[in-house]
Amino acid sequence: MENANLYDYTLRLGDTALILGQRLSEWCGHGPVLEQDIALTNIALDQIGQARQFLQYAAELKGDGADEDTLAYHRDAHEFRNLLLVEQPNGHWGDTLARQFIFDTYNYFLFERLMKSKDERIASIAIKAMKEIAYHAQWSAEWIIRLGDGTQESHDKIQQSIDDVWMWSGEMLEADKLDVAMMEAGIAPDLNEIKELWLTKVSEILKIATLEMPEGTGHQRGGKKGVHSEHLGYILAEMQYLPKSYPDATW
Amino acid sequence: MGESHSLEERFQAYVDAENKIEPKDWMPERYRKTLIRQISQHAHSEVVGMLPESNWITRAPSLRSKLILLAKVQDEAGHGLYLYSAAETLGADRKDMIDDLHTGKAKYSSIFNYPTISWADMGAIGWLVDGAAIANQVMLCRTSYGPYSRAMVRICKEESFHQRQGYEIMMRLAKGTPEQIAMAQDALNRWWWPSIMMFGPRDEDSPNSAQSMKWKIKRKSNDELRQEFIDKTVPQAEFLGLTIPDPDLKWNEETGHYDFGEINWDEFYQVIKGNGPCNKQRLDDRRNAHEAGEWVREAANAYAEKEAQRRKEGNAA
Repeated sequence: MENANLYDYTLRLGDTALILGQRLSEWCGHGPVLEQDIALTNIALDQIGQARQFLQYAAELKGDGADEDTLAYHRDAHEFRNLLLVEQPNGHWGDTLARQFIFDTYNYFLFERLMKSKDERIASIAIKAMKEIAYHAQWSAEWIIRLGDGTQESHDKIQQSIDDVWMWSGEMLEADKLDVAMMEAGIAPDLNEIKELWLTKVSEILKIATLEMPEGTGHQRGGKKGVHSEHLGYILAEMQYLPKSYPDATW
Repeated sequence: MGESHSLEERFQAYVDAENKIEPKDWMPERYRKTLIRQISQHAHSEVVGMLPESNWITRAPSLRSKLILLAKVQDEAGHGLYLYSAAETLGADRKDMIDDLHTGKAKYSSIFNYPTISWADMGAIGWLVDGAAIANQVMLCRTSYGPYSRAMVRICKEESFHQRQGYEIMMRLAKGTPEQIAMAQDALNRWWWPSIMMFGPRDEDSPNSAQSMKWKIKRKSNDELRQEFIDKTVPQAEFLGLTIPDPDLKWNEETGHYDFGEINWDEFYQVIKGNGPCNKQRLDDRRNAHEAGEWVREAANAYAEKEAQRRKEGNAA
């Protein structure tokens, strides 16, 4: 493939959006109140919409007749390039919100820069997605504040959720070889810059929410190169079972 | 001459003249109660109805179909909200209505007590269940209570779209591989009778219907709506090349309608009574979501109170 790096990078964006959308869609019909069921399902919808855009682009780069569904349904866990963070289980509302807040804050700064990517296709997807992502980031930050500064119970729960999910947060903020190559090509942003912005925003919101910033560096790595947690296999088994059971069918 | 008429008679005359009743208008207490019961059951049906379909979101076989299903279930949550608001204009409280659902005091549509066991069920639900719901809802767009009628106008637009989406799923399956065709036929076999049960008991077994028709809450009888639905749906099944699981179904030249076989009323009343295949599961799911969300709702309330207090102090300072 001519553009192997660009393909891999696009897959990371698409897979991260897809797996998070898949996780969030598990909530549909089970939210704490109807309005928030709708809000969360709406975010799931946005994530899957973005996933389609990136996976369509990745499929075009790949050539060989692949499409978004070939990539979503006919790759195995070691070929997925999503962040470890987004494959973590939903847990309770606080766990889902902690994961979402940590991700949305990063995603906001990432997409703000991807809008200026030298790759026109990525830039145009990012421009379209930015409105959605700005909404997600506002929504999840508001919920962190509401839970942190709500009752004692909600305060303790959301603090625990943030502490628990923190170990998965570093991967998205640390550049590996591919990120560096993409940055040098003007396609991806400088993750060091995003890390600073992310730290500032996260600590600002946690402070308003009367919560403590966890210690530690979010040390777990692997998703971006296909080394996942045990959760991904189950996500894929569920997501992919129909197309794998009936490979000749179109839906 | 008007002075000699009772409030009830004036109300009836107003309704007979095709006027809409609005929240602040006088209405017979039984009219209010009937509507609260009907609209809240309708709202509960939207909310419980999310469950059989959300069951397949994570397993939808293409990204496009996943997106469509997710959007559809989200619409249903929105319909639930419209309807709870409409019921609240009659003085009902959403919290009480939801409690009634959770304790089993309030009902929801019997159809959602059937399991979704294959992807084809997403097609059958859209095509048949939403189709039956639309027949009912189009009638309700002309119901005499204004807020209900306006909610139905909004809901019907989205609902018709859902039905087309469901039929599209069926069409893809019916034109697909032999396994897909079998899947579609199996879904039709399982959803056909429950769908035509959605119109409720036979007219002669539906004692409240006459009063509802007189008040123009209902505009057509159960059996009329059921017949219309069957007449419309049989050709759609033929177009798909699928067979409706009713050996007695045949066109009647004289009446200009399809004759059809006897509904299993024992099954219907069992499901209504809570003894369908998924009644317990559906209610447990709703109750569990509600209970698991309690600390979240409490946190939101506590935060809102703190914010209000802070604003008050800010203004005072």
